[in-house]
Amino acid sequence: MADATPQAVDNIPPAEVPEVELYHPKSWWTKYVFSQDAKVIAIQYSGTAIAIGLVALVLSWLIRLQLGFPGTFDFITPEAYYQFITMHGMIMVVYLLTALFLGGFGNYLIPLMVGARDMVFPYVNMLSFWVYLLAVLVLVASFFAPGGPTGAGWTLYPPQAITSGTPGGQQAGILLMLASLMLFIVGFTMGGLNYVVTVLQARTRGMTLMRMPLTVWGIFTATVMALLAFPALFVACVMMLFDRLLGTSFFMPALVEFGEQLEYGGGSPILFQHLFWFFGHPEVYIVALPAFGIVSDLISTHARKNIFGYRMMVWAIVGIGALSFIVWAHHMYVSGMDPYFGFFFATTTLIIAVPTAIKVYNWVLTLWRGDIHLSLPMLFAIGFIVTFVNGGLTGLFLGNVVVDVPLSDTMFVVAHFHMVMGVAPIMVIFGAIYHWYPKMTGRMLNEAMGQFHFWVTFVGAYAIFFPMHYVGLVGVPRRYHELGDATFVTDSLHSLNAFISVAALIVGFAQVVFMFNLFWSLRYGKESGGNPWRATTLEWQTPETPPIHGNFGKDLPIVYRWAYDYSVPDAPDDYLAQNDPWPQKAPASEAAS
Amino acid sequence: MAQSTDQSTVTQPQLKPGWDGIVSDWSSDQRSFKTASWHKAMMWIFLLSDTFVFGTFLLSYMTARMSTAIPWPNPSEVFALHVGGINFPLLLIAIMTFVLISSSGTMVMAVNYGYRKNRKMTVLFLLVTAFLGATFVGMQAFEWTKLISEGVRPWGNPWGASQFGASFFMITGFHGTHVTLGVIFLLIVARKVWRGDYDVGRRGFFTSRRGQYESVEVMGLYWHFVDLVWVFIFAFFYLW
Repeated sequence: MADATPQAVDNIPPAEVPEVELYHPKSWWTKYVFSQDAKVIAIQYSGTAIAIGLVALVLSWLIRLQLGFPGTFDFITPEAYYQFITMHGMIMVVYLLTALFLGGFGNYLIPLMVGARDMVFPYVNMLSFWVYLLAVLVLVASFFAPGGPTGAGWTLYPPQAITSGTPGGQQAGILLMLASLMLFIVGFTMGGLNYVVTVLQARTRGMTLMRMPLTVWGIFTATVMALLAFPALFVACVMMLFDRLLGTSFFMPALVEFGEQLEYGGGSPILFQHLFWFFGHPEVYIVALPAFGIVSDLISTHARKNIFGYRMMVWAIVGIGALSFIVWAHHMYVSGMDPYFGFFFATTTLIIAVPTAIKVYNWVLTLWRGDIHLSLPMLFAIGFIVTFVNGGLTGLFLGNVVVDVPLSDTMFVVAHFHMVMGVAPIMVIFGAIYHWYPKMTGRMLNEAMGQFHFWVTFVGAYAIFFPMHYVGLVGVPRRYHELGDATFVTDSLHSLNAFISVAALIVGFAQVVFMFNLFWSLRYGKESGGNPWRATTLEWQTPETPPIHGNFGKDLPIVYRWAYDYSVPDAPDDYLAQNDPWPQKAPASEAAS
Repeated sequence: MAQSTDQSTVTQPQLKPGWDGIVSDWSSDQRSFKTASWHKAMMWIFLLSDTFVFGTFLLSYMTARMSTAIPWPNPSEVFALHVGGINFPLLLIAIMTFVLISSSGTMVMAVNYGYRKNRKMTVLFLLVTAFLGATFVGMQAFEWTKLISEGVRPWGNPWGASQFGASFFMITGFHGTHVTLGVIFLLIVARKVWRGDYDVGRRGFFTSRRGQYESVEVMGLYWHFVDLVWVFIFAFFYLW
């Protein structure tokens, strides 16, 4: 501690990445609307994603109203029900979670956390958001198109997706859906290239990859995966569009519809399933990995303890990312594939549990004997661990072929994936918003409303999805509009369904409180200062809060340490910021600024 | 963006052999690719993503071809050209492939002259490359016209499985679109070189970033990629 010498910082290498020439907006329009600042783009992305997410939330209410109280609501016809479940799933997975994690948090946090002034290609970044907005608008347009949106299920399996029995199949619905997905992919690619190149090539001095916060690691790996997985969906969309518009038969076998032989023949519906799930399974981790990364930072910061096993955490993220490309066919055990093929995918699926388990153990070990502050981000982080473990365990059931076959296409599957990739990442999103809102606005979110929001959401999510496992085990199939008079559907099952629906409505309304909190605290929230959580990462060390265009002051910060120096013995404070040279002195230029 | 103009100051770190060296090299300070500018890194990563697009197209086509119950049309007859009373199998495709591969050569020359800051030669070779690319697209249009006049449609053809026409038009169309976009961008880059944008670092109209001769090389990466993809399409569609 005493041997602070002025020369001790000479080991910081010279700057390799020169200063970016920032584009300076000249008018209100280019500053707030057609902005090239990653932070503004992040807020645009988040706002759009949350807005369309609210639509999906309302759709989930309608779905539950029908399931809980069948026959009560006349306007929820079978066709409408299919449209609701389709749009609910697609919006939540692609347009909310993917866009919010990568477009929202990615844009806001990557440049700040790696110490860059902005993304490397701000103009392309701006285009990315506008194309995403266009994709959302096309999606919304399908609600108003004749015949309504597509009701093919979020997996859009052919041949039913483009035949006349499915809502929107022979009308505009499916076309708008496919067009919107393709636009989304184009827009995402433009943003994704930015995130990847920024992380790889534009870090500040001292910021090696192995010093990056896990948040950046999660978002980075997820973006790389998205760049490799979305092409499969893109191609599948192109081919299905041709099947529907030009009468090609990529996915369409010879089939008879309403007693009439269709023109199609010789195509393979299974091919679509392979393409879809080659995208679809990595997509699960595209949503999960940013959540993994963010929750690691939340836990470390709010338990005042360094993350346990940082290097293993990084390797686990990368390993999960790589493995997730060779597990896709576990979604297709009932498609009639070769059992040996299924065995292969069951094996890889179980192997992916190893790095995932490493992560869970490391989170728990980080909490162990930590100085746990039960702040709102921490509550949500703990809520995440619990729901994620729960959802992961049911994944073991579904990953095994023999167990999956009877459970396939039941409500058990619905409960599983909602737990593991619905509730768990959403928990992290909430935790992250409570955590970073002070940085984005300079004010804290209201604590009382936040506590209410957390407990209702957490307990409510269990009230919804825990009984749903049982409903599925009994044998209730998913995607059924009404159960009818099957013998296995008992009265108690009906009351359970009604209970789930009431819980879903209550949880939904708790989100309205959260939305209100977001706006209320903007004006009336407690002033937070620059670093309310006393966190180490660079975004909390900016001279201004919220950070202005260019992020850091005259000089970019120099990084001396990893992101997890909490409770370091002998240190002057219980945290050491990444740009804190302790026990050395800062170089002259740093000290002056 | 004035970065990466001086890369001689970057000292090569002493790396440990094996995985440790690879990891420490990748995770080293500030930049993972020490000699790649942002443009170049982004183009490489984009091309990786685009590889997956074309790879998926080709795999889907192969699946269709292998699983169809109706025989696949014989490519050496379908794509034959009737010249002077003799059927030359794959004649047109051979010429098209030759033209496109040659354009890769001229592209390399353009990049070379670009780094020598020889404006006139750079423009000349860029224009030659664009011309060869346009010739390729033109011949492809001729091939499409010929096949369409013989009755090939996306939904069927006179000789066999309907997926033949569907895959053919989709894959060559998607590739042809790439070539066409490439030609357009070659012309844009040629214009910028001709005007001296890269000599004075004139700012881009949209991005307001300063121009530099490296853009010619990044353009070249894309062009070579499009050529490489054609080799695979040629092998899997015409030679199979």
